[in-house]
Amino acid sequence: MTGPLHRFDQPGTYIGRSVERADASRLVEGEGTYVDDLQLPRMTHAAFVRSQHAHAKIKHIDVDAARAHTGVVAVFTGADINPLVKPYVGILTHLQGLRSPPQLPMADQVVRCQGEPVVMIVAQSRAIAEDACELVQIEYEPLKALVSAEQALDKDAPTIHPELDNNTAWVREIDVGDASAAFSRADVTVVERTFLFGRHTGVTVEPRSVVVEYNRSDNTMVFHYSGQAPHMMQAILAKHLDFAEENVRVVTRDVGGSFGIKIHTYGDEIATAVAAKLLRRPVKFIADRLESFTSDIHARDHRIQGRIGVDSDGRIVALEIDDLTGIGPYSMYPRTSAIECNQILNLTGAPYQIDHYRARGTVVFQNKNMMCQYRAVGHPVAMAVCDSLLEEVAGEIDMDVVDIRRRNLIADDAYPVTSATGMKFADLSHQQSLERLVELMNYDQLRADQSDRRKKGCYRGIGLVSMVEVTNPSPMFYGVGGAPISAQDGATVRLDAAGALHVSCSITESGQGTHTILAQIAADVFGVDIARVKVSTGDTAHVPYGGGTWASRGAGIGGESVLLAADALKAQVLEVASSILQTTPDTLDIENGVVVNADGDDKISLDELGKIVYYRGNELPAGVNAELIATRHYRVTDYPFVFTNGAMAAHVEVDIETGFIKVLDFWVVEDCGRVINPKLVDEQIRGGVVQGIGGALYEECLYDEEGQYLNATMADYLVPMAGEMPDIHIAHIETPTCTSTLGAKGAGEAGTGGAPAAILNAVNDALRPLNASIFQMPMTPERVLNALKA
Amino acid sequence: MIADDTQTCQPLAGGQSLMPMLNLRVAQPEVLVDLNRIAALSFIEIQNDVVHIGAMVRYTALMHSPLIDKHVPLLAMALPYIAHQAVRNRGTIGGSVALADPAAEMPAVLKALAATIVVVSAHGQREIPAEAFFLGIYETALDEGELVHSIKIPLATSGHRFGFYELARRHGDYAMAGVAVSAQSINPCTELSIVFFGVADQPLRAVDAQAVLEGCAISDNAALTAAQQSLPAELMLGDTGVSADTRLQLARVALKRALLSMAD
Ligand SMILES: Cc1cc2nc3c(=O)[nH]c(=O)nc-3n(C[C@H](O)[C@H](O)[C@H](O)COP(=O)(O)OP(=O)(O)OC[C@H]3O[C@@H](n4cnc5c(N)ncnc54)[C@H](O)[C@@H]3O)c2cc1C
Repeated sequence: MTGPLHRFDQPGTYIGRSVERADASRLVEGEGTYVDDLQLPRMTHAAFVRSQHAHAKIKHIDVDAARAHTGVVAVFTGADINPLVKPYVGILTHLQGLRSPPQLPMADQVVRCQGEPVVMIVAQSRAIAEDACELVQIEYEPLKALVSAEQALDKDAPTIHPELDNNTAWVREIDVGDASAAFSRADVTVVERTFLFGRHTGVTVEPRSVVVEYNRSDNTMVFHYSGQAPHMMQAILAKHLDFAEENVRVVTRDVGGSFGIKIHTYGDEIATAVAAKLLRRPVKFIADRLESFTSDIHARDHRIQGRIGVDSDGRIVALEIDDLTGIGPYSMYPRTSAIECNQILNLTGAPYQIDHYRARGTVVFQNKNMMCQYRAVGHPVAMAVCDSLLEEVAGEIDMDVVDIRRRNLIADDAYPVTSATGMKFADLSHQQSLERLVELMNYDQLRADQSDRRKKGCYRGIGLVSMVEVTNPSPMFYGVGGAPISAQDGATVRLDAAGALHVSCSITESGQGTHTILAQIAADVFGVDIARVKVSTGDTAHVPYGGGTWASRGAGIGGESVLLAADALKAQVLEVASSILQTTPDTLDIENGVVVNADGDDKISLDELGKIVYYRGNELPAGVNAELIATRHYRVTDYPFVFTNGAMAAHVEVDIETGFIKVLDFWVVEDCGRVINPKLVDEQIRGGVVQGIGGALYEECLYDEEGQYLNATMADYLVPMAGEMPDIHIAHIETPTCTSTLGAKGAGEAGTGGAPAAILNAVNDALRPLNASIFQMPMTPERVLNALKA
Repeated sequence: MIADDTQTCQPLAGGQSLMPMLNLRVAQPEVLVDLNRIAALSFIEIQNDVVHIGAMVRYTALMHSPLIDKHVPLLAMALPYIAHQAVRNRGTIGGSVALADPAAEMPAVLKALAATIVVVSAHGQREIPAEAFFLGIYETALDEGELVHSIKIPLATSGHRFGFYELARRHGDYAMAGVAVSAQSINPCTELSIVFFGVADQPLRAVDAQAVLEGCAISDNAALTAAQQSLPAELMLGDTGVSADTRLQLARVALKRALLSMAD
C-alpha cells in the first residue's frame, strides 16, 4: 500500500472485507426476478422469423397463413414497424470518419446478415408464435455474401450498402516516432507474426429479454429489460420511438449475466416496443439460444499483422500493428463497432516504454452478425499481440521472458506517463506486479520442471502477460462523441424512520455483486450496520441519472457517488443531531447506528433521530429543516480513463499427438486500486480468466462461405466448463487511484483481457522445442495439430 | 398408440436428446408416448450367460449396479464419459440405442461386446444383433412401430480384457473420437473386438486393425503401428470442429492409448 493511512485502512470497516452478498441466497434459491418471470395482464409473446440468408433481396412475404393461425394476435413486417422508428446511426463524432448507414429494427427490402428480423409474430404464447413463424413464406433473391473482412475489402467486391462507395467503415492510423528507421537499425532484431482472433460472444445464462408495456391514456412506456444501462435505453427509446424522455421508464431487475452483450440497440427489442404501442398490450420477447447466438453481438474477429523490434539489450525500439476487422453490416448503435479496433490501437504495447509506434486499423462491413463491445473490449487482442511478439522476440535473442519484461515495463516511479498513443497513465505498478507474479507462481521452479519433462517427451509451457486496462471512463469515451451515454453516476442515500439507510444508485447489478459493494461503502462511510443498508438500482423512475454498468466502472464511479452521498448525508444527520443534543456537529460522529460524542459515548440512536424527524417534528427547533436524504454525482475528471494494470501467467501442457491443451495452473496479480470486497474482486477475476480461456481455447462463432452460422447450440459452441478450468491463484497490489476518495479502479475485465495472451504464450512456449507455433485463437486441437505439421 | 399410423408418434425415454430436439423443432411428433412409468422396462438381471438390461434403465442406475461392474466392465468404463450427472440421471440405455448417435458411447460398447437388442411391437418380439442394429446417423434396424425393449450382453469371463479411450474437448461432451475394445486375451490377442465411436456415420468396427493385431502381443509396437495405419480413412467424417484428417489422427491415438491401457 502506498500513501498515508487512509480512513478505509482502519480496522473494523466493511471496505476491504469479503462481505457476503446479501442477495446470494435469494438468487440461489430461485427467488430472483428475471424478465421472463414477469406475467402481466393481457400480455402477448413475440417471436421473429429471421433471415436465413446472409445477403438477399426480399421479393415477397406471405403472412396470411400465420395471421390466420389460432392464437396469433398480430403479424408485423418491416413495413409495419419501421415507419414508426426514427432510424439510428452507429457513429461517434470523435471517431473521425466512422460511417454507417441508418438502421431500422426490421429488414427492409434487403437482408444483410443471417438472423436479421424479417417478420414479427405476436401471439398468446411463444409456442403459438413459433408455430405461426413456420407458416410465414418469404421469397428471397440471394445476393453475393461478403463473409470475411478480406472479401469485403477487395476492391472488386460489391458494396453491401448501395449508398456507400466501398465496404470500409473506418480507418485509423497512428504514427509516433519513426518506426521504419527503428526497425531497420543494424542492432535491432525484428519479429513479425500474423494473428487471427476468432469471433465469439457473451453467452449469458439469461438471454436478452424485454417486456414492454404501453399506456395510451398518458402516452407512457415501460421497458422491462435484462440490461446494463437503463438511462441509455431510456434516451434511445424516447428519441427513436418519439416519446418525451420522461414518458419512458426503463426497469432492470435481476440480470443473469450481461458481459457487454446487453448494452446495445437490438432490432428485435425495438420492434417489441413498437408492437406494444401498436397493440396497446404488453409484449414479451425472450431470445432463445439460437437467436442469442445469431443476434447477440459478437466480438473480436481481428486479423493483425504485428512487428516488434528489440535492441541487443532486449529493449523494445519499435512496435507496429495492422488490424483488419469485420463488424457485420452496420456499426452497432450507439456505442459503435469501431471501439474495439480503436482500443486495440490505443492499448497495444501500453505496459511498455515504446518510442516508435505505428498502427493502422481498418474496420469493414460484411454480411455477418454485428460485432460490438463485449467484456474487455479490444484488450485480449492488444495484449495477445504485444506480449506474444515480445515473447517471440525474446526467444529470438535468447532472453528469458521475465527478464525482457523487466527491461521494458514502465517503471513504477515514473508516473504520470503519457503513452505513445497519448494515453495518460497514473498510479500503475507494473514492476511490482511482475515481481509478485514471479514469486506467486514459483517461476524458477516451473522452468526447471519444464526442462526435466521435455526430456521425457512431455511438453509444458509457461506464458506471461503484462496488462493495462481501461477502467472508470470519463465522458471522453462516449459522451464526447455525441452518444446518450452518461459517464457520471449518481447515488441517493436516505435515512428512514427506523434508522436504516436506503441507497439508490444509477449503476446496475448483473450478478457481479454491485449491491453488496455499494452497501459496504454506505455502511462504512455513514456508520451503520450493513444489514441496515438497502440498495436499489435499475429503475429510471427511481434512481439518479447515470451510466450503468460497463467498462469496469461500477465500483469506481458508482461507488464514489455513494461515498459522496453518504458523506453528505452524514453531515446533514449530524447537523440535526447537534440541534437535538444542543451541541455542535463537529463534536459528534455516527458509529454503528448511533450518534456518539467525541468520547465515543452514545448520545442518540439513528432510530430515535428518525422518529423525531419524521413523527415528532414538534421537538425540533423551528429553524431546523431536517433533510435526511442526500444525492451526489461523480465523474472522472482530469483523466480520460483510470487505467489499471496487472500481470498474469499460465502453465499448460500440450498433448502433441492430439493437439489437446490442458491448462494446469493460472496466476493473476491485479492492481485495481482499493479492493472493496476481496472475494467479489477475486471471483470477478476468476470469471474473467475463464472467459479469456474460452476465447483462447474453445469459443468461436463459425460461419460457412455463404455466411451461414454453423454452431448455434450449446453443444457446438464450446463454452469453458468448470471441469477443464485450472486453479486460478490471485494476488493484489493496491495502488489507489488519485482521481477519487475511494481509490477503486475497475476489476471486471482483467481476467478476460489478459488470459488469452498468457495461454497463447504458454502454448507457444510448450511447442518451441518442436519448432512449431500457433497464432490463431481459439487454439483448437486441429489448429495445434496443423501447427505441429507445418 | 405406437402401432397407430394415422399420427406421428415418438416414445419419450429420458428425454435428454428428445427434449432438445423438440425445443429446436427438429422433432415434431403429434403424440409423445411416455415410457418413464413402465416399470417393466427397468431391470438389470442375469439370465444364463447374459446380462439383460431393460431399455428404461438410466445411466446412473447402471453406474451403481454391481452386476454391471462385475459382468460388463467395458460398459462400466464407458459410463462416466456420457454427459454429466444430471443428464445421466435421466438418460437411458434404450434411448441411446434407439437414437443411434454415432458419437455416443453405448452403441459402440454394445457392438464391441456383441450384444443383442431386443425389440417389441404389437406383432411381437425379435432380437437383433448390435452388429446389425446401427445403420447410420440416427438410423437403426428398428421398424415402424417397434420399441427397444431391452439389451442382452454376454457375461465377461475371467480372462477377458477391455479397453476404452475417448477424446472430448470438455468432460461430458460427445466424443471427437473414441474406441471400445474387448479381447478374449491380450498376450497374444485373441478375439479382438475394436469399435470406434464419434468417427464415422455409425459405430465403426475396425476390421483390419482387429486382423492385424490378432495373434500379436498387445504391446507389440509394429503391430500397433500397422493397426493404426489400417484404420479406414475414407470412412472418417469431418464436422465444424474437426476435419476428417484430424479425425483419423485422433482415432489412431485413441486406439493406441486404449490398447496400451489394456497392457498395464
Ligand atoms: C448436455 C448433454 C450431453 C450429452 N452427452 C452425451 C454423451 O457424451 N454421450 C452420449 O452417448 N450421449 C450424450 N447425451 C445424450 C444422452 O445420453 C441421451 O440421454 C441419450 O442419447 C438418449 O437417451 P434418453 O433416454 O434421454 O432418450 P430420449 O431423449 O427420450 O429419446 C431419444 C430418442 O430415442 C427414442 N426412444 C427412446 N427410447 C426408446 C425406446 N425404448 N424405443 C424406441 N425408441 C426410443 C425417442 O423417441 C427419441 O427419438 C447428452 C445429452 C445432453 C443433454
